[in-house]
Order: sequence, then structure tokens, then C-alpha cells
Amino acid sequence: MSKRRVVITGLGTINPLANNVPDTWNSLINGESGIDTITAFDTSELPVSFAGEVKNFDANEYMGKQQARKLDKSSQLSIFATEEALKDANLNTDERLGPNVGIVFGTGIGGIGSTEQAVRTFDERGASRINPLAITQLMPNSSTGQVAIKFGIEGPSLTITTACAASANAVGEAKNMIQNGIVDMVITGGTESGTTAMTIGAFAQIRALSTNNENPTGACKPFDKDRDGFVMGEGSTVLVMESEESAIKRGADIYGYVAGYGATTDAFHITAPAEGGKGAVVAMQKAIDDAGLVIDDIDYINAHGTSTPANDKNETAAIKTVFGEQAYKVDISSTKSMTGHLLGGGGAFESMVSILALKNGIIPPTINLHNPDEECDLNYTPNTAIKKELSTAMSNSFGFGGHNGVLVFKKN
Amino acid sequence: MEVNEVFEKVKNLFVDELGIDAEKVTMEAKLEEDLDIDSLGIVEVVMAFEDEFEIEIDDEELTDVGTVGQAVNLLHSKL
Repeated sequence: MSKRRVVITGLGTINPLANNVPDTWNSLINGESGIDTITAFDTSELPVSFAGEVKNFDANEYMGKQQARKLDKSSQLSIFATEEALKDANLNTDERLGPNVGIVFGTGIGGIGSTEQAVRTFDERGASRINPLAITQLMPNSSTGQVAIKFGIEGPSLTITTACAASANAVGEAKNMIQNGIVDMVITGGTESGTTAMTIGAFAQIRALSTNNENPTGACKPFDKDRDGFVMGEGSTVLVMESEESAIKRGADIYGYVAGYGATTDAFHITAPAEGGKGAVVAMQKAIDDAGLVIDDIDYINAHGTSTPANDKNETAAIKTVFGEQAYKVDISSTKSMTGHLLGGGGAFESMVSILALKNGIIPPTINLHNPDEECDLNYTPNTAIKKELSTAMSNSFGFGGHNGVLVFKKN
Repeated sequence: MEVNEVFEKVKNLFVDELGIDAEKVTMEAKLEEDLDIDSLGIVEVVMAFEDEFEIEIDDEELTDVGTVGQAVNLLHSKL
């Protein structure tokens, strides 16, 4: 028996570019940057003063103060993005989704802002003054639980924390869940809100972040010779995934297909990619195999492309190993140049980008790419979007810990 | 402090700290059913009371507190 096909029928997002899918897509194809000077807290003690923050989001207004104050921002963003995705999929958000719907969410560091706050209170006022909601806000599965409560999702739930591969793994595991007939629909996605003082300070300590404070919008420059690190971003992106039969039965519009998933582990170093991107190579090959495709079939690669010296060089090498001569022909771009690095929310966001690229026949660019690195000599769609009929796209996500998650999407 | 003064302070705490609608906060209002304060919320309320009135409240003292009025009376008795 052939495996069930898995489709995407709904998308929702809130991210540094915009607070809905259509505006986000317009920003992406216009090559706009969502990165700016940090407004949420004082950065005077930090070596980095910019990030991709979510803008114009008032949780008190959106969900009421009584509810908003119970949730970490990462969970507030998750509920916001899920609501858009469910409506987009033509699902009734006033009814419980029930036991035949699962939820798989990815996050790198969960409610880190709430952790920071609780530690501050403990230090300043003692254990008896810690917010009794702290645990429920900081646990990494908080978004998964809160989204499930809000929309009545009663099927299986998973929270995946494989750092920056988390929501790519979430989309992949959700695909397998549907393909294997465990449930007909999975609400899947990722969330992150790590644009906080301690977290930015800690990432800066390992020299992972760009320090181009003078030029925030130009700081994230994947594959450019002058790249100096990634830029922190925050946001949530949610996909409604279901079996093709389920979508047809309820007359839902289909964006495209989640066709292949490959996951591997470097087992090499906790932050550095394995030389030549060895783990990434196998993940890409497995994802292409899983989709029943060959390398020549892949039209577009949404690269992990973080703008760190190590990632972009090794990812390029890995793409060359997998694709051979074809590596120079395939269109590649890193949309992190515009959003910054959404960490655990990145894989879901870039899954959305891939599926919209297929649907619209447009490849969003890698902005800020002006001086190509000799070791990064592929076609990264520099600075301007291109129109092109596409039938398949691949999205790469790699995380600290050595986690690699690769997804392949098909238009038909 | 008079009972009505305690009530006004309690009401302000509920509205400002917990984000509850002012018109819902009456002496008769049930904490759980009417104000949507769950078991975690009760801990927050107690902490807020302790800070505001500079008192300590033991868990046992809360056993019979189910409404705003009962909370107000408990606080009034401790001041």
C-alpha cells in the first residue's frame, strides 16, 4: 500500500517582517529587512544592540490582560500564529479540534524570558515571591500545551527541542504521524522569543552573533565574505498539515505537499558543524529519497544560511557534495537575511517560505549579499527576488547539538 | 481600616495586577467561577495580598475563601 500523501492547507505567522502571511510574503519578495535596534530592553551593557523583534503586537489587546499575563511571549505568539493558520485552513476556531488532530511544536529555548524574570525575582526577593506561573511559562512544552488548550487539540502532542532545527523536525515528525495514519491532521510549527538581555548576551559570548550595531538591516549577510554572525529573531509560524484525503473530503484549498523528510545528527561538536557538513549531506539525501525524487528534481533550496562564517561555508560544501554539478544550477536563498534567525521557529517559517515560493513561482532573495565569499560560490539569489516556475523546494535547518532536519516540498 | 477600604484595595489589585474586568469584582463574586482564577491564580492573589497589606497568609486560612467577600473579611480580620 502506498503511503498517504501529506498536504498543507493553512499557514499563519508572526515574525520580524509582519504579523500575517500575505504581508510577510510581500516583504520577503521585496527584499525587506525586519531587523532593527532592540526596543524591548536596555542594551547598553550588551555587545549587540539589534535583533529581529516582532512589532505592533499587543498581547493584552489580542487575548485580554488576564490571559496574556499567564503566558510567556513565545506562547502568546504561538496562539496568534495558530489562529491565523486555522482560519486560513477554513477550520472553525470556536470549536474544539478534537482527538483526530495532533500537535507538534518546535522551540529552541521555550520561555527563556520568563526564566530570566523568575531568576531575577528569586535573587531580589527570595523564593516566596517567585511568580507561581513561572514553571508553566518557562517549560519548553508550554506553547504546545497552551495552543492545545486554546483550540481543543486532543490527539498526540510532541514538543521538539533540537535548537535551530526544532520546527523543521516538527514538520517532519508531523508528516510521519499523518503518513502513518496516526491522525488525519496535525497543527505544527515553531516558536521562539529569545530576544532577551541574558540570551543575547549569552549568544554573544560564543561569538555567534553579528556585532554590526551601526547597520542592523545590513548585518545579516549570508554567504557574503563580510558576514560576522547571525542575528537573533523572534516569532512563531504554524502550518495546518493533513492527509490529502482529509483535505479533499472537507474541500480545503491545498498549498502543496510535504513530500520528504531527512533527519540526522552530526555527533561531532555541540556548536560547530561537522567538516564539510557531513551530517547535513546525509539529511539532504534522505529527504530527497523520502520524497521519491532525485537531485535534478530540486528547483529551489531555502538554505539554513545563518550568516555565521562556519554555517554558510559548510552548508555550501554540503550542497555541493549532495548535488554535484547540479549545485551550481539550483536556485538557493537564505531568507534569514531578512528575518534574522528565528531559532526553534526557523524551520516552520522557512517551510512556509518554501511552500509559498512553489505556489507563487517566486524565489525570495538573500539580501545584503554584495561580496561573495570564494568558498560560497553557488547561486544564492542575491538581493532581488526572481520569478520562476517551480515544482519542488528543499528547506535546510541545522541546530546546535548537531541536529539536522531537511524537508522537501512539492507543488503537486 | 474599614471593610469597604479593604474591598477597594482588593478590587484594584484584581484589576491592575491580574487584568480582571472591574465590573466583575463584587463582594459576592466567586473567585473561580466568576473571576476565572484557578489554583495557580490563587497563589498569585495571595502573594499580591501579602505584598499590598504587609501580612502573611497561611494556606490553612484559605480553606474557606471562595468569594471576594470572604477574602476581604479574612484580610480585614488580620489587619
